Amino acid sequence: MTDPTVVFVTTFLASAVEAIEMVTIVLGVGATRGWRSTLVGVVAGFAVLAIVIAAFGLALKAVPIGPLRLIVGALLLVFGLQWFRKGVMRVAAHGLAGIRLNPEDEPPEWSGEGFDWTAFVLAFKGVTLEGLEVAFIVVSFGANANHLGIAVVGGTSAVVIIGVIGLMVQRLVVMIPRSLLQLVVGILLTTFGSFWALEGLGVKWPFGDGAILGLLALYLLTAVTYIGLERRRALGFRSPA
Amino acid sequence: MRRLLSWPVAFGKFWYEFIVGDDWTVAAAVGLGLLLTALLTAAHVPAWWLVPLIVITMLGVSLRRAGLKA
Repeated sequence: MTDPTVVFVTTFLASAVEAIEMVTIVLGVGATRGWRSTLVGVVAGFAVLAIVIAAFGLALKAVPIGPLRLIVGALLLVFGLQWFRKGVMRVAAHGLAGIRLNPEDEPPEWSGEGFDWTAFVLAFKGVTLEGLEVAFIVVSFGANANHLGIAVVGGTSAVVIIGVIGLMVQRLVVMIPRSLLQLVVGILLTTFGSFWALEGLGVKWPFGDGAILGLLALYLLTAVTYIGLERRRALGFRSPA
Repeated sequence: MRRLLSWPVAFGKFWYEFIVGDDWTVAAAVGLGLLLTALLTAAHVPAWWLVPLIVITMLGVSLRRAGLKA
């Protein structure tokens, strides 16, 4: 039987990685699109998660995570790319001007009537997929080590602690200029989307989860390059013939 | 009846905007990239590089197209 401390630390760290992805998406979408619909998406995501966990219990390992990763990843990828493109265009046009010292004075990206379904869907998918992955980690480690209770505490405390840290940095995130925020969230959604969609197809990433950092660096470099090119084009520079 | 019909139309429009957005070629290229990746993976060929390459290329193409339109 595995040491309970090892089970706790392992489930806590593994779940913390998934929780960081979940909180990053929620924070980015909330700060960009507005909080009301985003939080409804979060609540709905956790509700679905609770129902799935209650219904499946230990049989959760039988849920096909591959197709789910592919669908959620592909949707985040195509949507994230739209924000990536708009973010590059806006940052190229406006630079990093516009630090929001009073975010309450500025309307959110979504100014339409009623409910923002885009914010809802993004938050819902982020919470459901990542929450499900935390549940898989807990069930896998806990059941195999015969310490399911400790694994549940490890997974739950990771989600709660990362969630509280997310709440603490939320005030700082909303001060970021909207054009830059849209670019950053676009890059993050494209990164997670690429990673999950390909994992769902059974692709083996070099360095496993570490590939997320590699993708992030690659897309950041791409953004900087295209912003530079867009600015040059806007200023009328032409390469010599 | 009109209200009843407007809901599926709004639902379809939402998903079209969510997936396709301003530039349908980007979504089509990503879809094609995922399909090719699935085929290469099934043939045991490492294909993790294909979608990131398509993302970077299509982003440049789409930005250039938007710049020419403006």
